[in-house]
Amino acid sequence: MSRENIETNHFFQPAGLYVHIPFCIRKCPYCDFFSITDRSTIPGFMEALIQEMSMTGVFPFRFDSLYIGGGTPSVLEANQVGRVVETAHRSYRILPGAEITLEANPGTLRFDKLTGFKSAGINRLNIGVQSFRDAHLNFLGRIHTGRDADTAIKDARKAGFDNLGLDLIYGIPGQTKKSWLLDLQQAVDYAPEHLSCYMLTYEFGTPMERGLRKGFFQALPESLAGDLFEATSAFLCSRGYQHYEISNFARSTDFRSRHNMKYWAGVPYIGLGPSAHSFTGMKRSWNCRSVSQYTENLNAGRLPVAGEEVLSRDQEMIEAVYLGLRKADGIAAEAFEKKFGVSFHGLFGEVIADLRKKRMMNATKTRCALTCRGMRFLDGIASRFVQRME
Amino acid sequence: MKRIRNFSIIAHIDHGKSTLSDRLIQATHIVSERDFKDQILDSMDIERERGITIKSQTVCLPFVAKDGQTYFLNLIDTPGHVDFTYEVSRALSSCEGALLIIDASQGVEAQTLANLYLAMEHNLEIIPVINKIDLPSADVDRVKLQIEEDLGLDPEAAILISAKEGIGIEKVLEALVNRMPPPSGDPEAPLQALIFDSHYDSFRGTIIYLRIYQGTVKPGDLIMFMSNKAVYKVEEVGIFQIIRVPRKELSAGEVGYIIAGIKTVSDTRCGDTITLKNRPCDAPVPGFVEAKPVVFSSIYPVASDGYEELAISLEKLKLNDASLIYEKDFSAALGFGFRCGFLGLLHLEVIQERLEREYDLSLILTAPSVQYQVIMNDDSILTIDNPALYPDPVMIQSTKEPFIRASIIIPDRYMGAAMKLCLDRRGINKNYQYLTSNRLEMIFELPLAEVVFDFYDKLKSVTQGYGSFDYEIIDYRETDIVKLDILINGERVDALSQLVHRDRAVDRARHACEKLKEEIPRQMFKIAIQGAIGAKIIARSTISPFRKDVTAKCYGGDITRKRKLLEKQKKGKKRMKMVGKVMIPQSAFLSVLKTDTD
Ligand SMILES: Nc1nc2c(ncn2[C@@H]2O[C@H](COP(=O)(O)OP(=O)(O)OP(=O)(O)O)[C@@H](O)[C@H]2O)c(=O)[nH]1
Ligand code: SF4
Ligand SMILES: [Mg+2]
Repeated sequence: MSRENIETNHFFQPAGLYVHIPFCIRKCPYCDFFSITDRSTIPGFMEALIQEMSMTGVFPFRFDSLYIGGGTPSVLEANQVGRVVETAHRSYRILPGAEITLEANPGTLRFDKLTGFKSAGINRLNIGVQSFRDAHLNFLGRIHTGRDADTAIKDARKAGFDNLGLDLIYGIPGQTKKSWLLDLQQAVDYAPEHLSCYMLTYEFGTPMERGLRKGFFQALPESLAGDLFEATSAFLCSRGYQHYEISNFARSTDFRSRHNMKYWAGVPYIGLGPSAHSFTGMKRSWNCRSVSQYTENLNAGRLPVAGEEVLSRDQEMIEAVYLGLRKADGIAAEAFEKKFGVSFHGLFGEVIADLRKKRMMNATKTRCALTCRGMRFLDGIASRFVQRME
Repeated sequence: MKRIRNFSIIAHIDHGKSTLSDRLIQATHIVSERDFKDQILDSMDIERERGITIKSQTVCLPFVAKDGQTYFLNLIDTPGHVDFTYEVSRALSSCEGALLIIDASQGVEAQTLANLYLAMEHNLEIIPVINKIDLPSADVDRVKLQIEEDLGLDPEAAILISAKEGIGIEKVLEALVNRMPPPSGDPEAPLQALIFDSHYDSFRGTIIYLRIYQGTVKPGDLIMFMSNKAVYKVEEVGIFQIIRVPRKELSAGEVGYIIAGIKTVSDTRCGDTITLKNRPCDAPVPGFVEAKPVVFSSIYPVASDGYEELAISLEKLKLNDASLIYEKDFSAALGFGFRCGFLGLLHLEVIQERLEREYDLSLILTAPSVQYQVIMNDDSILTIDNPALYPDPVMIQSTKEPFIRASIIIPDRYMGAAMKLCLDRRGINKNYQYLTSNRLEMIFELPLAEVVFDFYDKLKSVTQGYGSFDYEIIDYRETDIVKLDILINGERVDALSQLVHRDRAVDRARHACEKLKEEIPRQMFKIAIQGAIGAKIIARSTISPFRKDVTAKCYGGDITRKRKLLEKQKKGKKRMKMVGKVMIPQSAFLSVLKTDTD
């Protein structure tokens, strides 16, 4: 690296770039991400997205990750994805070797599309498998079958993706521990570099949550869902994966999602596309949740920002604790003290001692992290930490 | 002094006292149209939110009458709700007359009668005013008949108005000038002034509201409180015209305020007489009868170190609410607090809200209780209003509870519903009579404990708003009271104990267990809630523990939402109390007291 490069890289802070593609073939009933199914607006959206990139390229950041999520970004054709990646490179300081991820739905993939994505510059593919069982996929309202997923994974490998992530969902009504572990085993058989295992959540306002509330079906008992959380961790760890965040597992430290780690570390990110959030270190802002508004605004040369907040010290501290506790690496006491000017153990010593007694936390002088058992109760624990602040 | 008129506006709740005050204020132009708002005298947030007057308010209206002279009309708007009768009676003692408002469509109601009697006790000139004549349902002839038959007043003397539409306001003003007597008194005599209200101002100390009976007071005078001989130098005197308006002096017959740098809150007592130190009057004016609380409850600060602040706040609030009575109290669960007496459940809510809003406190109140007489085996008699002090049942010979005589006025079509309500509340029907052809007055004897809770609301709802109710305590009668305890994870929470009639105990216990189950947040362990009489468990509920408590997904778009939730929980926890290992929210204490409003 030349001298100049070193200096500029020092000046520009590391950050992540996120692009939200708000289109899906069909809306899954449990999903509360922003997406629409009218794909006729894709061309207009693409132009607006390019415009947004050109308007936001001024941030003093260097990006070592680009994440194209959604929605279902794989509804785009390879050349459209290529255009996104290319424009991103032109508008932002994207470092060589950056992690460039595309989220993909097995119901939208063909072999030629996959090779197209690869040549478009995507070097990490994250496939939304959710389950290999068609009964579960059906309940989840997915547009694909278990076979589709199998084909997609194999094709992805063939197309040369050597950094592959799979998303799975558990805690589905009727699921047993045995059937979930079989699902997991099948996933592991593909030797993916990364696995995200999400406990099914009934987000308020989704059709599935309404169905539950009205009693059309019964949720899996909470205790079983909790047991599955711990079983997932135990199983994957025994298969050589590291459980590095509540819902995320990697085959090695190198294969952790570089981009997603930024969310939990308080590293800045720029979010593009409707509903995307940006965080510049102190300020968080978010775009409008509407494709038409998004497009109209950008066509008129305005940023589609719908709201923003500047974090107070206390708010930053709450986020640092909550996000830190999500990670197996936990919270580094020294960095925390330096940032907030408080004694970490002075503030949280009592809670930490209690949690250690209950085997929910591992703590040393320098670092404290939840055990798997502790992670199962993360939200309540985080709340206890937050109570101690002030 | 001939040109001063001191009068109150009195009526049943909602008959339009504050609205008439508005019109009188506007007619005399003391506020600009721009600064005017409806029910302008209802200045407390809690009054505006609930649309009712809680505190009497005084305002001095300069009015140029037909004779060309300027008259000073000192108006006092009063509350109509039965809990605040004490406010009315204090207002009346500084007046020579009263406007008695009657709603033209509702007619005479229970507090119309009650407030009329109060005014008559003070020998006031009473002018009946029929309001809301603009309503299609107004029936002026019928109301005139009621004025004659129920009130014994001259129906032809009644003034017909619509306070809302501003009809008849001139007639009211002229009547005040011509029909109300002016005050008497000698401006040259030694000062004799009655404190009828006060409030605490952080910058100027206690501000005293007074009615001057004799003499004159001005800045520079040394005044003395007759009850405790405390002396202060007057800084400012003046009158109320929505805002305080300073004057050179106040003299006999006038109503106004004094500021005298009074920092010692306890020096000022409502009903006390103020005189001049150097030229005292012979005797104080007769003060006020002490307010008689009917319900008692303990107030505790949520913050464990909040006792001192609560003590100071109560003292200051008492300046502005003479009916508030309190003494120090202790609870094993909640620490130090105060046992307080209230004039009714609305009064209790008002005090709680005012403490929380005006003094920024967070409070827990225990179940309200009436005062029981407990006759012990050795024939001694204990007066108990606090479940914590209820003696061991084996030492008790018998217990008596207060009974009231309730007068309930309803259109006769609601007779069945009102009757059922009273009988459900252990009431005994003593009498009923037709007031007019379709209006009925029912006399019931009821246990006070059964009416202080939500009787009035229930009566209103079963009579679609037409029922009205007034009561007086008549005697104590033998009863069967038990102490209902609430146990949380086996630990008795003294602040949740209540004294209830034995027949009601199981229902109350179930209600409490269910409410607590709803209100207490789940924790990581099981929480058992039990209702018990002595060692006997009569109701129970269980809060199951969290078996998992984790948000699966947290990426860029989720962080703000999650943080806000944590902030909210943090704020919520400030309003919670630890009992053993269990966090009990403030709302849980309150929920137990409330019966369901179905
Ligand atoms: N139609 C009509 N409504 C009126 C009139 N006067 C008052 N009201 C309405 O009656 C309601 C009660 O009026 P207030 O002036 O607050 O009654 P109040 O007697 O002061 O009530 P409390 O202070 O709670 O005892 C309000 O909604 C007024 O708008 C009137 O002349 N005509
Ligand atoms: S495909 Fe993904 S983004 Fe689209 S609706 Fe389903 S879960 Fe949501
Ligand atoms: Mg009023």
